[in-house]
Amino acid sequence: MAGSNKINITPPRWLLAELTYACPLQCPYCSNPLDYAKYPSELSTDDWKRVLSQARKMGAVQLGLSGGEPLVRRDLSELIRHARELGYYSNLITSGYGLTEERIVELRQAGLDHIQVSIQASTQELNDHIAGTTSYEHKREVAHLVKKHGYPMVLCVVIHRENIHQMQQILEMAEELGADYLELANTQYYGWAHANRDLLLPTQEQFEQAEAIAQAYKERVAGKMKIYYVVPDYYEDRPKACMNGWGTTFLTIAPDGVALPCHSARELPGLDCPNVNDYSIEEIWTESKAFNFFRGFDWMKEPCRSCDEKEKDFGGCRCQAYLLTGDMYNTDPVCSKSPNRHVVQEAIDSAKSASLAPGEKPLIFRNSKNSRDFA
Amino acid sequence: MTIDPDKNIRFSPTHRLQWEEAQQKDVILYPEGMVELNQSSAEILKLCDGNRKPQQIVDELERKFETTGLRNDIIAFLEVALKNGWIKQD
Repeated sequence: MAGSNKINITPPRWLLAELTYACPLQCPYCSNPLDYAKYPSELSTDDWKRVLSQARKMGAVQLGLSGGEPLVRRDLSELIRHARELGYYSNLITSGYGLTEERIVELRQAGLDHIQVSIQASTQELNDHIAGTTSYEHKREVAHLVKKHGYPMVLCVVIHRENIHQMQQILEMAEELGADYLELANTQYYGWAHANRDLLLPTQEQFEQAEAIAQAYKERVAGKMKIYYVVPDYYEDRPKACMNGWGTTFLTIAPDGVALPCHSARELPGLDCPNVNDYSIEEIWTESKAFNFFRGFDWMKEPCRSCDEKEKDFGGCRCQAYLLTGDMYNTDPVCSKSPNRHVVQEAIDSAKSASLAPGEKPLIFRNSKNSRDFA
Repeated sequence: MTIDPDKNIRFSPTHRLQWEEAQQKDVILYPEGMVELNQSSAEILKLCDGNRKPQQIVDELERKFETTGLRNDIIAFLEVALKNGWIKQD
């Protein structure tokens, strides 16, 4: 296996607990695997408690409770209470769908620190279309309630070609709702987003225009609302420092207990990702093949191997290298030094011509029926 | 935003200051983020409890560490903390 040399292993700091793949929404850029319907089993309450305890002991402190939609887990409060007792800072990453005031209070009492609510657009029509459910008004109500009950309020809006023209209105909506943080997440093209890329990827002009609006707004609301801008890496010339380096910081546990170095790693071939039903978190983190696979720099090919920036971006994203070039050891093709940079340009061109073509093909919505077709 | 010498300082209710055993240091936790603190920063923030004005924090730390001349460094750090939203003045 790659990366078998002895490397100084740092402990995990972030634990992303994907509690379930079930979700009432059908967002066509969902980061869950396309074939998630193949993995219907879910860890029990006791399994999750054991995972939380073991990861905390190693040093994990930030806990993301995600999915799917984590609110569908009936034991959510119990898990949050356990996490709070262990000293985690817990973040609930939710669509807000079905979240009542009563439950917001209950989660607060259990020790939840923060609720991140996603909104798909600044208008009801577009939000409900993208989400595949009628949810806009309820999400706005949830945002008010989150604020009312003393949580820091984080709004997350995923940006793509269907809503990027609403950038100004999205910023105004976030300010009006009293968001403490606004995450403007340009779509990352994996999983469902990759399948829908021709319909979701904005043009460079659209990106630049939207980014300028966001930057100007950022200055205007400094000290009041923090804006996190997740860059669209197809339009960058250096890759993102994915996961802060493989197996250095982030640990994801999928609903069925599979431990992943990043939430897309399930798509990579031959990693044999271990399951928490078979191994402890410590064994998984320090000894498993999957978590050692891309640790350090020995696995790298050229141009990464001799690159003076390799310690900054770790060669970019392994999942993107695999998805776009078919070889997970390659330099992330977003990098302008990559001999495969042309595949990114081709994707940009393809999306642009799709946007100009009459009668666009429909989006593939994320639901179990479509997922079974990919399985 | 600058530090007002006449107002009490309190730690932000939407952030958490916590000792991390695994890291052997104090950290600030907030939505999806963490700041690791050195010892002196942590000592300052622990005194931001809503009952002290800036000068009282300086006096207390100078007494605790039996030294003088800390004022400029402490105020400079409090400015940074205020700008980052870690502390509040009402």
